[in-house]
Amino acid sequence: MELRERYEEDLFLVRGALAWTALIAFCAALLLLPRAAPGYLLFTLSLIAVNSIIAVGLNLLVGYTGQISLGHAGFVAIGAYTAGLVMTKVPWPEPLMAWGVSWLAALSAAGLVAAAFGFLVGVPALRLTGPYLTIATLGFGIAIHQVLTNWDRLSGGRTGLFLPKLLFGPWRLGERQLYYVAIILAGLLVWVAFNLVRSHVGRAFVAIRDSDIAAEVMGVNLTVYKTLAFAVSAAYAGIGGAMLAFILGYLEPQLFTLFESIYYFSMIVIGGLGTVPGSILGAALLTVLPQQLAALKQWLPLVYGGTIVLVMAIEPRGLYGRWMKIKLWFKAWPF
Amino acid sequence: MPLPLLDINELTISFGGITALSDIHLQVSPGALISVIGPNGAGKTTLFNCICGLYRPDRGTVRFHGEPLLGFKPDAVARRGIARTFQNIELFLRMTVIENLLLGRHLHFRAGFFDAAAGSPRWRREEIRHREVAERILDFLDLQAVRDRRVGDLPLGRQRLVELARALATEPKLLLLDEPSSGMTAEEKDDLVFRIRDIREEMGVTVMLVEHDLKLVMGISDWITVLDHGLKIAQGTAAEVQADPDVIKAYLGETAIY
Repeated sequence: MELRERYEEDLFLVRGALAWTALIAFCAALLLLPRAAPGYLLFTLSLIAVNSIIAVGLNLLVGYTGQISLGHAGFVAIGAYTAGLVMTKVPWPEPLMAWGVSWLAALSAAGLVAAAFGFLVGVPALRLTGPYLTIATLGFGIAIHQVLTNWDRLSGGRTGLFLPKLLFGPWRLGERQLYYVAIILAGLLVWVAFNLVRSHVGRAFVAIRDSDIAAEVMGVNLTVYKTLAFAVSAAYAGIGGAMLAFILGYLEPQLFTLFESIYYFSMIVIGGLGTVPGSILGAALLTVLPQQLAALKQWLPLVYGGTIVLVMAIEPRGLYGRWMKIKLWFKAWPF
Repeated sequence: MPLPLLDINELTISFGGITALSDIHLQVSPGALISVIGPNGAGKTTLFNCICGLYRPDRGTVRFHGEPLLGFKPDAVARRGIARTFQNIELFLRMTVIENLLLGRHLHFRAGFFDAAAGSPRWRREEIRHREVAERILDFLDLQAVRDRRVGDLPLGRQRLVELARALATEPKLLLLDEPSSGMTAEEKDDLVFRIRDIREEMGVTVMLVEHDLKLVMGISDWITVLDHGLKIAQGTAAEVQADPDVIKAYLGETAIY
């Protein structure tokens, strides 16, 4: 094990030359990829970025703070429709539209509005624990879906909501540009998540998960931190939803059903609860898997359900937990 | 006599008809080390829970530094300088030892959410400062060897010590220890006595101790309060309490068999 000489070294997110090389290579690959990759691959990668944002946010709430949410598609929907409505209903002056202010505003609004809803859902969480909270969030997700389906004048109902093409100066953002926006945004939000979980805020989240009484006695304000966890998680979902709206260019309520909530939940369980990299692994796997299994579409819920049971039975710490074990094994090799 | 650090008057609390504490008066002066003893169900832990804000008493006052303490939530009480440990250890089991101690530093953080989210220099400076304090406490309690171990993997005696360290990390003025020696081996208990003395003498922390091990209590306490069925039945030095007929009755029963 490498020797650490200063307390500051405990705070580093990336340690050692090997890790830095891997990170830089990974980023370079992501940035150069559009030159070589076909369109559908970029689309898939953009979706992975979006799902990573949502999964990382969900993991902050479920994996770190221990507050189970089965209504996360509701927050994603709120973000997506907020972005859609800000783009279409706000009378943007021509220059603001042309210089991308409209969609940047839509993106921020999506995060903020979803965070506000997250805060509101977090308030009952102060009194509800375990299965009761799960049922409450489940109800929230279903309620949002119902509102979007039936409130035609807001959401366009089943006909859907079409988004205009995003502009930035002289460019219309196509598949390739949206890919860049998505991965840069995902990179930024993943970095923020890493910062949070190594800080006193993240420790307070985990403390609430492990023993809320002890957390409180140590001076962690449960009201503040539980609602904060919900708000942050919902903000991630909202931003992810807005990005999804940009990429698809079209929204309809069927994109945000209970099934999607379970889909996001499966990502973090399979990837690894309480880990940021695990969320990304899970998001990547569950974005690619349904595409590969397109023929089995109606069986997908069964596949997710079965996979969750398998992961829980074989490796409760998810893909990332397994990866850490493999890494440890190689470090200790040949002993 | 100096103004008491902790001043409890007429404290009464009942749960569904059972009076857990009845009209308790207790004054603890700064720098003291006092013990609360009593048979099972006497109300010792209930007393702690009332002080630290987990229970809301029906009647009475608790003053800390002359300021009322009742009605505040546990986190607000912690910020006023009261730390505690639990009878059934309440540690963050999936965190490492050092992370548990850093939780003790939580209430001293001034950096906000956005400082943490961006890893700002302000947050970084604070984090390093708090880590230094946590490391000093690890040294003080000889826990350096297990610094990076998951708390859940440690034996019970060590876990009690980590919980004590976490409470100390908050830099409390008053430390409430709820049966710190249970589950410890004889050697660990001897060590604990020295450590509690050190905490009082080197750190100047006032200590309130709830204990079952009477031998341990008798050796280190300035004075002892005895509770039984929610009532205070005796108070005094170790010798006085041991000779008190009410105390003997509470511990050994009404009539001698032989």
